[in-house]
Amino acid sequence: MSEAEGQQHPIKIYLWIWFLLFVLSTLSYMVDYIGYQGMLRWSLILVFMFLKAGFIVAIFMHMTWERMSLACAILTPPLVILVLIGLMVVEGEYTFGSRLSFFSS
Amino acid sequence: MSDNAVSSPAELEEGVSGFTQDWTSDKQTFHAPWGKAMMWIFLLSDTFIFSIFLTSYMKVRITTTVPWPNPSEVFALTLFGHHIPLLLIAIMTFILISSSGTMAMAVNFGYRRNRKAVVWLMGATALFGASFVGMQAFEWTKLIVEEGVRPWGNPMGAAQFGASFFMITGFHGLHVSAGVIYLTYIAIKVGRGDYDRSNNYEAVEIAGLYWHFVDLVWVFIFAFFYLW
Repeated sequence: MSEAEGQQHPIKIYLWIWFLLFVLSTLSYMVDYIGYQGMLRWSLILVFMFLKAGFIVAIFMHMTWERMSLACAILTPPLVILVLIGLMVVEGEYTFGSRLSFFSS
Repeated sequence: MSDNAVSSPAELEEGVSGFTQDWTSDKQTFHAPWGKAMMWIFLLSDTFIFSIFLTSYMKVRITTTVPWPNPSEVFALTLFGHHIPLLLIAIMTFILISSSGTMAMAVNFGYRRNRKAVVWLMGATALFGASFVGMQAFEWTKLIVEEGVRPWGNPMGAAQFGASFFMITGFHGLHVSAGVIYLTYIAIKVGRGDYDRSNNYEAVEIAGLYWHFVDLVWVFIFAFFYLW
């Protein structure tokens, strides 16, 4: 791939991804419309969310065609957010437990 | 940029060996236009800001002992006598995706040197963005005036709902508004032929990166705030 030409790709790819994004959005809306609850609801929401995010970053933002050094510099740092989320879940459960034991009567 | 004589694309390797080569060369690491690399780094920092908002929202939602207001109900609209959950949010989602598609096409036509198409497509993107902000204003008004949602409390349930909602959607709406201005500015420059003279349409792609990021953030807000 040559950088001089910029990111030039067949229009067909964009139209396909555009179409897929519409389908995925409709599906995630249907999750709420049908009213799935519990684990099924959460996993469906996450699957559709990650698929949409992946398509946007990979195709619309051209990450698939960028060099690996740029892709790694941008895509790996957000992974540390998972640590924050993990810590906050643990801490949050603890706070919730304390509130139940001390503030509800 | 082309005046950088560090290494011509011919000697660059791909994949893992290219990754090693780029980071160990003691020279330029990112073989991308500087504007694009800087936009990516800005978007990375923005990713952290939005992640922190969403994480704090997760935390208050876990810790509250009062039931969280059901977004499906809060954001429902009654249309022609039908009660449709999340209707406005669904429309806003589709508008933002449409705008992402027109933006991707604008970038593509930019590299094809089709100036007219770029101006029209970027104009359409900005209009979609403006209508998104308009709907958000409607949503906020409805929530504040009719439902009585305040940052410190609301009649439907957990008090933290309002603070999380206004903070997260407000910050996103601010990004959309800034994006509309940014896109309009770049579209005007395209229309004037600035990028034909410099024979460089990278500015359109960089603006596109910002706009796709705004759509990307909405994907996460839609999933975690409205659907969860």
